[in-house]
Amino acid sequence: MAEKKLRILVAKPGLDGHDRGAKVIARALRDAGMEVIYTGLHQTPEMIVSAAVQEDVDAVGLSIMSGAHMTLFPAVIDLLKKENAGDILVFGGGIIPNDDIPKLKEMGVAEIFTPGSSTQAIVEWIQKNVAARA
Amino acid sequence: MPAKTSAKTLKTAKNGRKSARTVARRAATPAKKAASQRKPVTRPAKSSKTHGTRSFDPAAVRKLAKDLERWAQEDLERSKQKLPLRKEAFTTDSGIPIPDVLTLVDRRNEVQERIGLPGQFPFTRGVQPTMYRGRLWTMRQFAGFGTPADTNKRFKYLISQGMTGLSTAFDMPALMGYDADHPMSRGEVGKEGVAVSSLKDFEILFDGIPLDKVTTSMTINASAIIALCMYIAVAEKQGVPMSKLGGTIQNDMLKEYIAQKEWIVPPRPAVRIVIDMIEFCTKHMPKWHPVSISGYHIREAGATAVQELAFTLADGIGYVEECVKRGMNVDDFAPRLSFFWDVHNDFFEEIAKFRAARRIWAHVMRDRFGARDPRSMQLRTHAQTAGVSLTAQQPYNNVVRTAIQALAAVLGGTQSLHTNSLDETYALPTEEAVTIALRTQQYLAYESGVDRVVDPLAGSYYVEYLTDETEKRALEYIRRIDEMGGIIRAVEEGYPQKEISESAYRFQREVETGERWILGVNAFKNEEETPIDLLKIDEKVAHEQIERLQQVRRERNQAAVDAALAKVEAACCGTDNLMPPVLEAVKAYATLGEISDVFRKVWGQYREGGAF
Repeated sequence: MAEKKLRILVAKPGLDGHDRGAKVIARALRDAGMEVIYTGLHQTPEMIVSAAVQEDVDAVGLSIMSGAHMTLFPAVIDLLKKENAGDILVFGGGIIPNDDIPKLKEMGVAEIFTPGSSTQAIVEWIQKNVAARA
Repeated sequence: MPAKTSAKTLKTAKNGRKSARTVARRAATPAKKAASQRKPVTRPAKSSKTHGTRSFDPAAVRKLAKDLERWAQEDLERSKQKLPLRKEAFTTDSGIPIPDVLTLVDRRNEVQERIGLPGQFPFTRGVQPTMYRGRLWTMRQFAGFGTPADTNKRFKYLISQGMTGLSTAFDMPALMGYDADHPMSRGEVGKEGVAVSSLKDFEILFDGIPLDKVTTSMTINASAIIALCMYIAVAEKQGVPMSKLGGTIQNDMLKEYIAQKEWIVPPRPAVRIVIDMIEFCTKHMPKWHPVSISGYHIREAGATAVQELAFTLADGIGYVEECVKRGMNVDDFAPRLSFFWDVHNDFFEEIAKFRAARRIWAHVMRDRFGARDPRSMQLRTHAQTAGVSLTAQQPYNNVVRTAIQALAAVLGGTQSLHTNSLDETYALPTEEAVTIALRTQQYLAYESGVDRVVDPLAGSYYVEYLTDETEKRALEYIRRIDEMGGIIRAVEEGYPQKEISESAYRFQREVETGERWILGVNAFKNEEETPIDLLKIDEKVAHEQIERLQQVRRERNQAAVDAALAKVEAACCGTDNLMPPVLEAVKAYATLGEISDVFRKVWGQYREGGAF
């Protein structure tokens, strides 16, 4: 019996153009057998949530390098809830100071991967923590 | 994947050899011609049989070749049997093979004209005869965060600490053409650079800084024309005419689509604005560099040294072609083009990259574009240590990485340098961290002794070999881009973007398989991390900016703004140079977002697809 493939949206919110990490992660997740949709750059929280809902993904990974993480993560989480898609798991990575990580988790971010995290660790975390939505 | 990659590399190397030979041949004849026309600046080559001057005594080379053969068969073999090599094959970070040893035999066909003398074509040894013996490189620390007042204070601090040139970082909204109160600016105001929306912000940013005395670099691209006009307007208020302004505006849009990805409109209108600015500056701002053709972002996005070199020079060729198409004379504008390299970990390869860059550019400008003024052929460059090489783990190690990268830039002959701060994987640097970074350059300049000698690695078998190899491989990429119809076309097709993504992914695989070690990340890890102090940007910055912006909008003459914006729109739709109407608009306190909106209205907002 073929297991349902996990569908992941890799998203790049905000105005910065640093997409090296997002693209490497997208490719690593695809190589690990997941279905990956990458939003491209400069997405608003609204655009990300609309893509997540339309594509019926199991999780959204946000890559933020601009320092706007304390604004953008909660915006995405709130909008997902509004769209009755609060079960879509939100994780992320980028340049995020350690002090901010507990606060982000309190806001509902499932996990934060900081610079130096291996793609393997991210793949394993997703396989363990993200369940395919029915 | 790896098999395919190595096959491609081999092919590149083979074709590369051919094109480099062609260049060598071309180098010989016109150099002599030029020399006879001018004063005899270089001794004419005696023998033309070897396409130039043969450097070494053939008998000595033959003897060494024999010794070398014996050495390889006996000494080297014996040694390898006793202690096998740590790796099957050694290569540079770009994949250039590193032989067991390099000797005179490898350089037996050295053509002296390809290395030349400092300050002489093809400038392999540097653009000045005296280099740092005449003037040290400019120490230019990139700075910008929070409000214009915050950054003004940091500028004044850095000047008081011995920094010799300003360098301005703008925040993301400014780079993307949005005002601080635009919905897209949420959470980003003043975060990655200084927040500016109107001339009022520029007035605060440069308050008390004499713009006729300092040179200023501004890292801004898609909205560069607006920033340059605001700078001109501020200077005018200080009583400094634009003809006296010295500095650089990055204004390299092609690399934005390739790597940095801060854009407003599609590539062709964006390049048109760049050319308008080059044209305007050529006429009115003789001390200004209207574009800094940048490899930095290309490299940071994942390119190898060879790719950085190739794509950046291809961008340069693209701008020159567009200027020529517009009817400009190469020698009028080319002397003001400047470059910007990343300087990464592979010490010798980085030095070779700087040397190869100068040699390629000199040939391109003379042979391809027919430049006659030597200044048009000189590649002058700024350099920055590799931000991407820094690690969040064990951040103090970053000081060491940066020091060695900075040394490579200096040995490569850079004209200006930024050294990264140890805390930059987390945030913009604190004052303490940026001071250590500046001191690192000052150590090189004042204590290490490297300032006393010009191009000390010339003639090193290895560095000359790497200079040749990076040149060959870069020329092969440039040839492919030419075949595609030029760099603008290649960028529209996503060719450099794809090559860079491949390299970035390969690099990450190498780190994860342990083939490549990064201290603190996949080797010599510490369980406990020592926290460091970080610069935090308060959300108050955004409120303050928005308030000032609204005040500007209330107090300005709206009719004058509307009229000026209409003129900007007319110039966008026609072919008139955009600088004069944009200058008029900023002087009327039209905002950065409003002027960018005109660009968006006329040419549309650029969007990149989600390919990865």
